Amino acid sequence: MTDMTDPLLQEITGPTPGQLLRKRVFGHQGLLIGAIVVAILAIIALLAPLLAPHDPYAQSLMDRMQPPVFLGGTWEHPLGTDHLGRDYLSRLIYGARVSLMIGVIAAVISGVIGTAMGVAAGYFGGKVDAVVTFLINVRLAMPVVLVALAVVAILGGSLTVVIVVLGLLLWDRFAVVMRASTLQVRRREYVAAAQAIGASTPRILLTEIMPNIVNNLIVVVTLEMAHAILLEAALSFLGLGVQPPTPSWGLMVSEGKNMMLFEPWLVLIPGAVLFLLVLAINLMGDGLRDVTAPENRN
Amino acid sequence: MLQFILKRLGLAILVAFTVSFISFSLLFLSGDPAAALAGETASGEDIEALRKLYGFDRPMLVQYGDWLFSALQGDFGESYYFKLPVASLIAERLSVTMLLGVCGISFALLTAVPLGVAAAIRPNSLIDRVALFLSVAGQAMPSFWFGLILIVVFAIQLGWLPPSGASTWRHFVMPTIVLGYYAMPAIMRLTRAGMLEVLNSDYIRTARAKGAPEMRVMFKHALRNAIIPVVSLAAVQMGFMLGGSIVVESIFALHGAGFLAWESIGRNDLPTVQALILIFSMFYIVFTFLADVLNAWLDPRMRSS
Repeated sequence: MTDMTDPLLQEITGPTPGQLLRKRVFGHQGLLIGAIVVAILAIIALLAPLLAPHDPYAQSLMDRMQPPVFLGGTWEHPLGTDHLGRDYLSRLIYGARVSLMIGVIAAVISGVIGTAMGVAAGYFGGKVDAVVTFLINVRLAMPVVLVALAVVAILGGSLTVVIVVLGLLLWDRFAVVMRASTLQVRRREYVAAAQAIGASTPRILLTEIMPNIVNNLIVVVTLEMAHAILLEAALSFLGLGVQPPTPSWGLMVSEGKNMMLFEPWLVLIPGAVLFLLVLAINLMGDGLRDVTAPENRN
Repeated sequence: MLQFILKRLGLAILVAFTVSFISFSLLFLSGDPAAALAGETASGEDIEALRKLYGFDRPMLVQYGDWLFSALQGDFGESYYFKLPVASLIAERLSVTMLLGVCGISFALLTAVPLGVAAAIRPNSLIDRVALFLSVAGQAMPSFWFGLILIVVFAIQLGWLPPSGASTWRHFVMPTIVLGYYAMPAIMRLTRAGMLEVLNSDYIRTARAKGAPEMRVMFKHALRNAIIPVVSLAAVQMGFMLGGSIVVESIFALHGAGFLAWESIGRNDLPTVQALILIFSMFYIVFTFLADVLNAWLDPRMRSS
């Protein structure tokens, strides 16, 4: 085992790939800020029962529409209460759970579908590629918001339905990016070598192709997570997503909308948190792309 | 070129038929459309009567063929709610949505292209950072929330613009900004990236070497080449925006096709919803087709792929 900390050796060999990566990660402000914000919101979502000062569903008609503490409210309800007297901070905290859960699960579903399609198209080419490209074209032609709204309305709005519908709709970018990435690596020497020693196709796909395109996959996962979270909020805002009394940020904006004239904070606070989460995820995704695959920057 | 157009047209038509089949099958997602239509209180006989009336008792493919044949002639059936032909309902509302879409994409192009060019001319300058900030923020901004903030600030606090409706041009200012801002980040990034790439190319160095004025280099030599992919992106974004107009129209109560879609979904008015999904998809298909043809015309290298 060579000691990589030896300054003389370091001077001769230069930094290792791992050290270079670490340097790029910690030198990338956007990636760091995004990752920290996402981590904090994820911890808040996980520890929601411990952190929320009140039950997010408990109504108290005596304490309706209390203002937040910075607008003259009390510390009993730091961010005030909504039109049913429910503690706004507690609903925001539980809302983080809803948003992150939808983002993660929808991105996983669409990621599995899109990656399978994209890798198959890129690796096999020919007819498989033609079919996948056609399906991507069909999917892109369908208006996402409209189709999601219609399907959720027909099947009935629940968290599960919204997650599954978004997961089944958002695979297009995965397919496009994974197809292009597979095309880039499938003619490399190591793939030819694996084919030459008679490795099976699933083995080549899993051990030769996938590890070399997983960087791009992670970037798309983050961006599609953000996309799913925004879409859920929009569906819930339109009243055809997650149904009340679930604490969803989009639903909170929608419920606050009618009182926007006198109590604009009812709309401003949940929207701002949603904006912050999506911004942080996007910063993280863009940062990951810069750090791992700078050639794909556009 | 003709071969490219024909091939691309064939693909567009095939996509259009597939989309029409998917939007038609949505009707059957609920299991029994007659029961869904009749409501929860209807008796078995009522449901049976409705099934006969709307022809739901026939095989699905026959119903699809029937629907498609009428749709090709511009007949999308009758709205369950308004009891009027769906085609005339939509035709009435489409002009508002088209106007909004044109305003939105114009706003996006007029802000994003100059910003992208300015950012590419001076990378890492203040203007590059401002442009980057605007595009990152734009991608994370929930459009419904942005719309509500504009209403609070410009309609309620300042009183400069009307909060909802579609009767004058002033009603379109805020919806245009919200919809345009949605398309801006992608267009700006692509303009910036295209300009950066072109500015490093040999022919720009040649143009500068022969002493062409800087403005001429930028606009005649560089922008003309960098703008080609932006044209295609703008057409794609226009298709997305028409689909996205549903959110904007519902916030500002603009009674366009998006608003009609939102209302019809809430009312279980399936013929209207089916027709709207199909029409929004057709817009997207037509726009991307035109963009590809335009691209192939501007840049002959595209024709081979």
